[in-house]
Amino acid sequence: MNDTRIVTAAALILASIGPVSAAGPADAPPGAASCSGCHPTARFVDTTVPRLIGRNPADIVTAMQGFKSGQIPSTVMNRLAKGFSDDEIKAIAAWYGAQKD
Amino acid sequence: MTGRRTNRRDFLKTAAAGASAAMLPLPAIAQGTGGRVVVVGGGFAGTTCARFLKRIDPRINVTLVEASPTFTACPFSNLIIAGLRELAAQQFGYDKVAADHVTLDMAPATAVNAQGRSVTLSNGSQLAYDRLVLAPGVDLRWDGLPGYTEAAAERMPHAWKAGEQTLLLRRQLEAMEDGGTVVIVAPANPFRCPPGPYERASLIAWYLKTKKPKSKLLILDAKDAFSKQGLFQAAWKELYPNLEWVSLSKGGKVNSVDVGAMTLVTDFGRHKADVANVIPPQKAGRIAELAGAADRTGWCPIDPATFESKLQPNIHVIGDASIAGAMPKSAFAANAQAKVCAAAVAKLLAGGKPDEPRLINTCYSIVAPDYGISVANVYGPADGQIKDLGGGVSEANAPSTTRAAEAIFANGWFKTITAEVFG
Repeated sequence: MNDTRIVTAAALILASIGPVSAAGPADAPPGAASCSGCHPTARFVDTTVPRLIGRNPADIVTAMQGFKSGQIPSTVMNRLAKGFSDDEIKAIAAWYGAQKD
Repeated sequence: MTGRRTNRRDFLKTAAAGASAAMLPLPAIAQGTGGRVVVVGGGFAGTTCARFLKRIDPRINVTLVEASPTFTACPFSNLIIAGLRELAAQQFGYDKVAADHVTLDMAPATAVNAQGRSVTLSNGSQLAYDRLVLAPGVDLRWDGLPGYTEAAAERMPHAWKAGEQTLLLRRQLEAMEDGGTVVIVAPANPFRCPPGPYERASLIAWYLKTKKPKSKLLILDAKDAFSKQGLFQAAWKELYPNLEWVSLSKGGKVNSVDVGAMTLVTDFGRHKADVANVIPPQKAGRIAELAGAADRTGWCPIDPATFESKLQPNIHVIGDASIAGAMPKSAFAANAQAKVCAAAVAKLLAGGKPDEPRLINTCYSIVAPDYGISVANVYGPADGQIKDLGGGVSEANAPSTTRAAEAIFANGWFKTITAEVFG
């Protein structure tokens, strides 16, 4: 590989960073992608489980802490909340808060 | 370079070619494209992965290979057997997947050239890839239980791939006289849907209690323990006195089947059935074996962060076919793994380093129409495997309102996940 090719390759790699949005699917923090197994992404889904997209991150964090401590009664979330650290919960909440329809 | 002396000019040419070959492969992105990914298998794992690859980086050229134009989902198919649901509610097409600019190639994959990085389909397609994702689900081991052949499955359905087999088992139950004996044969671990045989037993018991109360249900099991065991057994004691579970150590392991005599044979005796549901041992779908991605167990060892095969570079295996450590072979797990794999593949194609993932599994089992239980856990890589980071099963001795709520959440889960994957 000569110098020109290296520079071209580097430029293309840098250019590729441009179009990816800061809160797009490529930037989902660890664990966030799994939530949409139960919490719908689309509005049309008929379920009692709430959507997370566009929610206030502080509300998501408060709910997760409540599930973890048992203060908020739940069926499944009390168990799942225990598998995430506080930092992981904050990152997931911030990312969902930044998602738009 | 043989047959004549190498002159200096030839030597330099060869050395230059060697040098640039040594630099390859460039990240796909550096070659001016997003790269080519072929996904084999259009179930929960493969379809999710294909769509998320396009969402993460629309420049990636994604082809989804699937033999059937209609997908029939296994979760909730036990309700069909009990007459509580119709098969159409389980069936999905690929129109929305195509609308996401995923290229569909509707034919079975017949070969993988791991060195040359290409997949061959039965329709003659040759698909070159930078990364291949295999999501073939399970194959039944027709050599795994003496006497249980594909022909035998027409008399003793497995109903472990949803579709005609599911309907056959339902018809057999409907045709059975009240007072008959139904036998379910459950396999040793690992197999698709660990709580599935016990959910099925519960719903068949519900059907018998409702329609044919003099009948009996026997589970002959090759194991001494199973998923959500305490919850299932408590529910059976409360709801289904005619259901009996025979464990491995109590002589439950079926060693052979005699289809003509409708008999299941164990070390301890012969069990005559009016309806027999035989769930045979399983392995990764055949294309995984053909790709060299399956080990001697018949399943596919993978890297716990990227789902890349430990046996074949540039091939990833997700869903039921993979050896995913503590994660069960479930649709929820397959969907979660697919999203992690899509993110990792996109990163790798761009020359980046994948993140350490977290994954969730939540599996509901329906014990009666208004009685649901679940297992829910968080997972992550540790010591080269996928480990359980926390979670557990539904509370024991929970009130009936909790069980009813979980049955409702189970329904919501099916609608949500199928909307994400196929909607």
